[in-house]
Amino acid sequence: MSVKLLLEKAHVEGIRSFDVYRREGGYRSVEKALKTMSPDAVTEEVKKSGLRGRGGAGFPSGLKWSFLAKPEGVPRHLVCNADESEPGTFKDRYLMEFIPHLLIEGLIVSSFALGSHATYIYIRGEYAWIPDILEQAIAEAKNNGFLGKNILGSGFDCEIYVQRGAGAYICGEETALIESLEGKRGNPRIKPPFPAVKGVWDRPTVVNNVETLAAVVPIINMGGEEYAKIGVGKSTGTKLISACGNINKPGVYEIDMTISVEEFIYSDEYCGGIPNGKRLKACIPGGSSVPILPANLLLKTAKGETRYMNYESLADGGFATGSMMGSGGFIILDEDQCVVKNTYTLARFYRHESCGQCSPCREGTGWMEKILKNIDTGKGKMSDIDLLWDIQRKIEGNTICPLGDAAAWPVAAAIRHFRDEFEWHVNNPQESQTRNFGLAHYADPIYVPA
Amino acid sequence: MLSQEKLNKVQEIIARYPEGKQKSALIPVLHLAQDVFGWLSAETMDYVASLLKLEPIEVYEVATFYSMFNLKPVGKYLFEVCQTGPCMINGSDDIIEYIKQKLNIGVGETTPDGLFTLKTVECLGACGYAPMMQLGKHYREHLTKAKVDQIIEECRKNAGILN
Ligand SMILES: Cc1cc2nc3c(=O)[nH]c(=O)nc-3n(C[C@H](O)[C@H](O)[C@H](O)COP(=O)(O)O)c2cc1C
Ligand code: SF4
Ligand code: FES
Repeated sequence: MSVKLLLEKAHVEGIRSFDVYRREGGYRSVEKALKTMSPDAVTEEVKKSGLRGRGGAGFPSGLKWSFLAKPEGVPRHLVCNADESEPGTFKDRYLMEFIPHLLIEGLIVSSFALGSHATYIYIRGEYAWIPDILEQAIAEAKNNGFLGKNILGSGFDCEIYVQRGAGAYICGEETALIESLEGKRGNPRIKPPFPAVKGVWDRPTVVNNVETLAAVVPIINMGGEEYAKIGVGKSTGTKLISACGNINKPGVYEIDMTISVEEFIYSDEYCGGIPNGKRLKACIPGGSSVPILPANLLLKTAKGETRYMNYESLADGGFATGSMMGSGGFIILDEDQCVVKNTYTLARFYRHESCGQCSPCREGTGWMEKILKNIDTGKGKMSDIDLLWDIQRKIEGNTICPLGDAAAWPVAAAIRHFRDEFEWHVNNPQESQTRNFGLAHYADPIYVPA
Repeated sequence: MLSQEKLNKVQEIIARYPEGKQKSALIPVLHLAQDVFGWLSAETMDYVASLLKLEPIEVYEVATFYSMFNLKPVGKYLFEVCQTGPCMINGSDDIIEYIKQKLNIGVGETTPDGLFTLKTVECLGACGYAPMMQLGKHYREHLTKAKVDQIIEECRKNAGILN
């Protein structure tokens, strides 16, 4: 069964233009919301839908909206997080490039619900060609009366602006994003106060991911209750997954969260299996920050049950034997990949992206990178593996923002599940430079690490 | 100095924010200045500070934080090759090595003719189309050695080196 709520029309010829998008049923949710609903009723539908934030944390969106402070006479803002910089993640880019009006439509309805008269899309600077696409869509929406003053005669005014970042993963963290939007370095703020009370320019602010805000369109069109019937349990609706690594069909897929991980990897509708008849070794299922899983724990949980592509199932087993849905960046490693090398590149990424405010993160990410590089290049010691473990543990939970955890988790999971591969590198400094450890027992049916 | 057209654009950007919050225009205006001048010299940053009524230090602080701002001159064509996990899995190391040999420069260096600079960068959100690099405003994806050759030729042609 495949339900598409976001990308169904993404490949209709000319869908980037307002006229085609409108002809295909676009902007109906704006008409419905602004003409027949109150802002609180819109929020109520989002609550009923069970929609969870698609930026990585999975926090219920309707609940988040209901926390927004509404002091008299203080403007509020909605900010769309299009910073998308988590390695493995490229779904928001896809949505914005192919069907930009869907995001603009979602932003208008969400701005109405939250009372934001000036809404900002903060987009990573490297996506340098996308602001033109978005600004074109904004201009068309405005020309057709869906933006600007007194939209559709409802009395609601709204403008949407596109703000480019300039190369900093940390600006995806919502308080760093707010700092950056204020024209500062992207240093995360200490919470509380939360953005819902004091956000951009000290005004109440909601920050939501691109996909989250786009999902508001089908929610309003079909009603929250209908939306909640799609998917399973608390994983309602559809989810965009960006799939990459060693697969036949890398790309962005909209899934209904009832499919199994196995189906997602091997079915021709999605990843199409692994190239050249190679075998599956490991997977990082939700962007670089989430724990890597060996093949045996990926397709089935530690209890031997089928693992599904949804929030609960991917997290089944906690960090000991499970992972997370995260941002939906799905990275596959085949039998020829080296987990040590892969972990090293991720550690380098986090060292590069640490803003440097907290010493455990600033120093720890540097140390982890150095040690992993040594092990990868055949210069590691056995004690380095325990040292790595120790460092990651000292970072986790001891920092201002979750980037510290995001840097610690991939290292912890790599050691937890692939310790013998690290040891092999240390014991075979020369051989490890010319060949890979291979598949080992990682694909054995249910191997549960001690 | 920016042209009148660009100065109008600066005013248009400032108008996106509430009164008195023109500091928010800093990153967009630095992008605009870098597009015009190729990199951000101290003079350019001071000029941007004066446009936005900021202290120069406020501009330096920001320009040094973000990886896209070039604080020294770069070649006319900047190759920014991604080297993070998903690109590495798909062979970005070989592509970087190939570009180094082909242009006879190291990472962070510029060819003597000032045409090419090679940089390595971290994940650019094109992991499914790896290996990849950013070249100016756009991405070049699914890179192969042959594709790198083509891109270099194309740049040389555009620069008028080849006829
Ligand atoms: C280091 C770091 C990077 C993040 N990057 C992004 C990002 O690129 N895009 C995004 O939507 N959320 C990102 N987040 C999550 C945001 O802080 C925030 O939770 C999210 O934008 C909320 O939107 P949602 O509830 O719709 O998911 C990041 C968080 C951290 C700690
Ligand atoms: S955890 Fe790292 S990125 Fe986050 S505030 Fe601290 S130093 Fe900065
Ligand atoms: S890892 Fe290279 S673009 Fe994501």
